[in-house]
Amino acid sequence: MSWKIWSLKKSPWVFHVNVGACNNCDIEIVNCLTPKFDIERFGMKLVGSPRHADALLVTGVGTRQAVVRLREVYRQTSKPCVVFIIGACACGTGIFHNGYHVAGPVDKVIKEVDPNAIIAYVPGCPPKPEAIISGVVKALSAI
Amino acid sequence: MKESIKKPVLAVGPFHPLQEEMEFFQLTVDGEIVTDIDVRISYNHRGIEKISETLQFDQVPYLVSRICGICSASHPLAYVQAVEEIAGITPPERALYVRTIINELERIHSHMLWVGLAGHFIGYDTVFMWAWKYREPVLDLLEEITGNRNNYGNVKIGGCREDVPNEIIGKMLKELDALEKKTDMLTKAVLDDPVLHARLKGVGILSYEDAVKYAVTGPTARGSGVAIDVRRDDPYAAYADLDWNVITQPEGDVFAKAVVRLLEVFESIKIIRQAAKKLPDGPIAVEVKEIPAGEAVGHTEAPRGETFHYVRSDGGNRPVRHKVRAPSFVNVPSFKASCIGEEIPDVTITLAAVDPCYSCTERLAVIDENNKIVHDYETLLKLSREKTAKMKKEML
Repeated sequence: MSWKIWSLKKSPWVFHVNVGACNNCDIEIVNCLTPKFDIERFGMKLVGSPRHADALLVTGVGTRQAVVRLREVYRQTSKPCVVFIIGACACGTGIFHNGYHVAGPVDKVIKEVDPNAIIAYVPGCPPKPEAIISGVVKALSAI
Repeated sequence: MKESIKKPVLAVGPFHPLQEEMEFFQLTVDGEIVTDIDVRISYNHRGIEKISETLQFDQVPYLVSRICGICSASHPLAYVQAVEEIAGITPPERALYVRTIINELERIHSHMLWVGLAGHFIGYDTVFMWAWKYREPVLDLLEEITGNRNNYGNVKIGGCREDVPNEIIGKMLKELDALEKKTDMLTKAVLDDPVLHARLKGVGILSYEDAVKYAVTGPTARGSGVAIDVRRDDPYAAYADLDWNVITQPEGDVFAKAVVRLLEVFESIKIIRQAAKKLPDGPIAVEVKEIPAGEAVGHTEAPRGETFHYVRSDGGNRPVRHKVRAPSFVNVPSFKASCIGEEIPDVTITLAAVDPCYSCTERLAVIDENNKIVHDYETLLKLSREKTAKMKKEML
């Protein structure tokens, strides 16, 4: 295990990217920070810039306007990074699959930029905070 | 054009650490003072109105509940009311009360969410943590009743999908008692805090005249002294049988909007208590056969204001036109009145004060290579008039 991966697994800082979500997944992510779940205990922290982040939390279908910005955000994130794709929309565009403004799913867009990207999926509409925490733990113990 | 180049422009977005959603503000500034504001949206546009035309009538509520995660009870209710008006269906009495309870639980959790976020925006994270801690029991109740913490999908045409079981009512009332005490403490802590008075009073004032001019709805309007509320003005569900007050504050600043929202939580608790007491026995849904041709509108009071749905049916099994107007669509333009003249640090909280929901609001504009809008106001007006004339000719 390289020291980069070793340091990534300790207290991952996350940047939250909404690419056309309905707010539910975003609220559940913020819910993870609040007293009932409080993942800040484990050193996970929402940061304000992708350049500070170890992981991206991507929610939403990936609209045509948004995927351009998503690619740019992924390029700016310091590597190695883990991409967490949260929610049914982000995992496979879900109920919006036949929308004219949908360019997702998100994993396809990320793989266009970097075919070797580390991607973890947390399905659910919206996934409960417990599911998000469990997904993050599983992904970090797998790499 | 040249004029705007000379002035410094401060860009906020599309990914801004403060706001959850993607939106883009261009603030034209003169020193610290904001002289103009431009809002660019459509990052979140998913084409829901068009997708809705490909779904059957009974599938659409699950789509429209995903317009916005926080208003996921009000949007389907507005749609279902429109369809029920077309088909002439009267839902059973118990379904109306269940709808009321779900909608008020949603309002409580949405207002608590806003209070927390507003605290976070001004750097007062204690309020953020408190408010979000207190809204958790509400989400647990919603999960117990409907099966999901958000996106309840609990209304369907002709009634409700899930009942409020009589066993849960006792637990619900107990939770609400606890919530009332905590909210009371939070309200007193917020309203008596000299720091918050200094930070929020007189900031982002939206006067009564401007509120009427921009036709704002919901707590934004009630915070400016405009006493409008769909629940009272055009009662739906069971609101006509219940006793509650419309909260208004005359000042129009951010503090007034916070007061309105906090006091509305108590009104919602009052409504739920009465609804739980009066909850009649009986079925929660009637059978629906066919939706005849016709058109109708349905509107509800979402936590952010009036949600408006227009549905047209041609007698088939899908809506031929479904139009959604969410409350933020009228609340967002009021930034022109409330933000101009403010200092940059005050603008963030003023933007947040209307509780904007961009995923509800998103519209689309098609532009050509020269950045010119293909369908601008005049062409759309012309197209609309031509279509109306055509339809009138067909009717004759």
